[in-house]
Amino acid sequence: MDLEYVRRRRCDSAASVPQFCNSPTVIVMVGLPARGKTYISKKLTRYLNWIGVPTKVFNVGQYRRDAVKTYKNFEFFKPDNEDAMRIRKACASAALKDVAAYFSKEHGQVAVFDATNTTRERRAIINSFAKEKGYKVFFVESICDDPEIITENIKQVKFGSPDYIDRDIEEAMQDFIQRIECYKASYTSIDDELDRKLSYIKIFDVGSRYLVNRVQDHIQSRIVYYLMNIHVTPRSIYLSRHGESELNLLGCIGGDSALSPRGLKYAGALASFIRGQKIKDLKVWTSHMRRTIQTAEVLGVQYEQWKALNEIDAGVCEELTYEEIQENFPDEFAMRDQDKYRYRYPKGESYEDLVHRLEPVIMELERQENVLVICHQAVMRCLLAYFLDKSGDELPYLRCPLHTVLKLTPVAYGCKVESFFLNIEAVNTHREKPKNVNVNRKPEEALQTAPDHI
Amino acid sequence: MEDKSPNPRELTQNPLKKIWMPNKNGLPEKHISHRRVCMTNCPTLIVTVGLPARGKTYISKKLTRYLNWIGVPTREFNVGQYRREFMKIYKSFEFFRPDNEEGLKIRRQCASAALNDVRQYLTEEGGQVAVFDATNTTRERRGTIIQFAEQNGFKVFFVESVCEDPEVIQENIVQVKLGSPDYTNCNTEEAVEDFMKRIKCYENSYETLDEVSDRELSYIKIIDVGQRYLVNRVLDHIQSRIVYYLMNIHITPRSIYLCRHGESELNVKGRIGGDSGLTTRGKEFAKKLSQFIQTQNIQDLKVWTSQMKRTIQTAEALDVPYEQWKVLNEIDAGVCEELMYEEIQENYPLEFALRDQDKYRYRYPKGESYEDLVQRLEPVIMELERQENVLVICHQAVMRCLLAYFLDKTAEELPYLKCPLHAVLKLTPVAYGCKVESISLNVEAVNTHREKPEVGTNTNNNNNNTFYLKAPFRTPKVTLQKTRNKIQ
Repeated sequence: MDLEYVRRRRCDSAASVPQFCNSPTVIVMVGLPARGKTYISKKLTRYLNWIGVPTKVFNVGQYRRDAVKTYKNFEFFKPDNEDAMRIRKACASAALKDVAAYFSKEHGQVAVFDATNTTRERRAIINSFAKEKGYKVFFVESICDDPEIITENIKQVKFGSPDYIDRDIEEAMQDFIQRIECYKASYTSIDDELDRKLSYIKIFDVGSRYLVNRVQDHIQSRIVYYLMNIHVTPRSIYLSRHGESELNLLGCIGGDSALSPRGLKYAGALASFIRGQKIKDLKVWTSHMRRTIQTAEVLGVQYEQWKALNEIDAGVCEELTYEEIQENFPDEFAMRDQDKYRYRYPKGESYEDLVHRLEPVIMELERQENVLVICHQAVMRCLLAYFLDKSGDELPYLRCPLHTVLKLTPVAYGCKVESFFLNIEAVNTHREKPKNVNVNRKPEEALQTAPDHI
Repeated sequence: MEDKSPNPRELTQNPLKKIWMPNKNGLPEKHISHRRVCMTNCPTLIVTVGLPARGKTYISKKLTRYLNWIGVPTREFNVGQYRREFMKIYKSFEFFRPDNEEGLKIRRQCASAALNDVRQYLTEEGGQVAVFDATNTTRERRGTIIQFAEQNGFKVFFVESVCEDPEVIQENIVQVKLGSPDYTNCNTEEAVEDFMKRIKCYENSYETLDEVSDRELSYIKIIDVGQRYLVNRVLDHIQSRIVYYLMNIHITPRSIYLCRHGESELNVKGRIGGDSGLTTRGKEFAKKLSQFIQTQNIQDLKVWTSQMKRTIQTAEALDVPYEQWKVLNEIDAGVCEELMYEEIQENYPLEFALRDQDKYRYRYPKGESYEDLVQRLEPVIMELERQENVLVICHQAVMRCLLAYFLDKTAEELPYLKCPLHAVLKLTPVAYGCKVESISLNVEAVNTHREKPEVGTNTNNNNNNTFYLKAPFRTPKVTLQKTRNKIQ
């Protein structure tokens, strides 16, 4: 069994990215300060990791902060400041070295090199480095001259930066603007003629226009698609499970049961809550399962059903309680506890499968603005993991209790989470990882963390 | 959101698609929500732009095929076709001269006629996307189209193809123009010469989409057959999907090989689904497949399988690296998994009948429908478009879906396409379509194909059926249309 499992994992293309993956890819950001490079870097990295492509950001500014402990002012960035230039070049080199180590020693597949990279010279150095090592290079340039957007960027992310932590806001704004000026004189955008052999995407004005050149492979194509779907318009995403269901009460997993009386009450409470939020143009999505649709019905608004939002398929374990699973499939139960993310129910799915099934949902969530997603425990864990950048190990244990709405609002480089328990009691369906995950454990040890039920 | 006390509507599960829908008086209520996701609110008009022989019709047809396959009713309107019907005989390039008043008048009329048909398709026939395939090389012509769209509440998305590579243009002409009805009576040289002159007629008045003056328009400019793309103002989901698709297709010659796994243990027992291994004959097929592939001398062949034992066993015999895709798994027959058709008839006679009524949309209880399968296979199609030579070892229902995409089969035809065991289909894109070669590897196998039975030969019409028969399932198109008319 073990050998089979290993072999399956080796050949396993979780169907999102061809596994007999070619060379690692270096994504190189290009652009003046405050053009969203770090925002894009972090978001892209989060997305790629979520779909199963090991990715890491290398932010040269971070290296600089580590090297130069205290930031004085914009003078550091003046083009004639030779000492600083030397330090900055050294930081870039150090970062590139770490990129190489990430690929060769840590099995990374994509590295996002986050720096201004505004000169042809600097970009040529990176290109040579990559060619020499056999890495593919994909440039992402962000071009924006809208002063409002730039000011907003500075407010959102620069004031909170370690560089400006003890500064007064006016001062910080002035200094940052001077910093941008330092780069402007030597800024050469990627040239459509001279650089026509490079692979790149140019993002204009936060996505109103894109120029895409020479997409080489699958991962670059996915990256382009993702970048073309994200936006920065303020909005909130509400995640909730269906109301408590009949099978929930019995402690059974899966199935397609109706809401319990408390579940119906929750649906009503959800409707009031949503009304109270006064959300503009809210889209409501459910799965194809009765319990989410029943919940949405009470809202009294149009909703869309997505089969992709259906709960994880527990295969032969559908509609069983944990006690029954332990009794009938003790080995399966133990293996699941050993690696809950990758474990696939016989004739069913794994969390890993779920993530791939949910990818189009995430893509559409990125495109949309205000959305309420009424889904299921495992599904909600996957979606939450995407927004909160949780690893495959954490994901299956995220807490997504019944009758609780999570409101996610993008802010700065991340996501603000507000949790609203709507005061309708429900059973607990969360099962922590037990201490003993060995196949030869006693039933009590396996069921130690199983939640109570009727 | 208006203040409504929670009075949830009753839900019934549509017996065919197993979709939960609100009902009124025991009948399903019309509701848009049973579609996967609202692709479009208003219909979309895609407008091609470009000189002759830039691939506009190729793109139009391919895009139309893709959109229809994923369930978005789409139709292309080729103005050249209207012109041919009107003019009956094509004399020479002189028709296209910019100073040919008579010619211009006719061409304008044809464009209007086509737009009229577009309007009818999108407003009365349930179409969601129309592809207006013509040169549309002047700002004036595009302005007219934009006005037309605005009057009718259609969104407009331009697809411009720009190419100056003489080799590519020459190849285009050879591939698709020589065979055109316009040139049936010319020899090759004459035809090429005339066509080059035809292109010249457009060149002087050609105004490409301009980055500055057209910045409010939504468009994609495809430069040099996909080396570069310029994308402006993508407005919605469907435009985003169109852009993604256009950015993934290519025209490098290649072949796609489709076949099923070798005959399996459950196949010979007459059972559907499951995850069984190959029979002796199945293994024989795998060996023959390996030999066949070697003789084909395919450059850089990629091999894909599902995650089911029978396809993997088949691939193993090839002794080359292969990739397993879970989404290539056979259709999930839910409660009917591993049953024989006789057993399904005995235990689920109603289900069996429903399936024969609409095999494409029918979803097995706790299982899938062909419609679900298409949705799940979309990333495979996208990756097949990106790739070059690929061998896909899959399953009957899966292969039918993939084949339907390549051969532009409708939802009605798809579930009955013949995909027998132990035969390989070699698909090679040519001109506007796909050449299909069927190669049987001469290893006996059971037949797993079930034709659509004659109407009225089956079913236990017990009382339970009456409800379902009285409330015919309304197709989403009709429902949506009625809603749309009300809003306008």
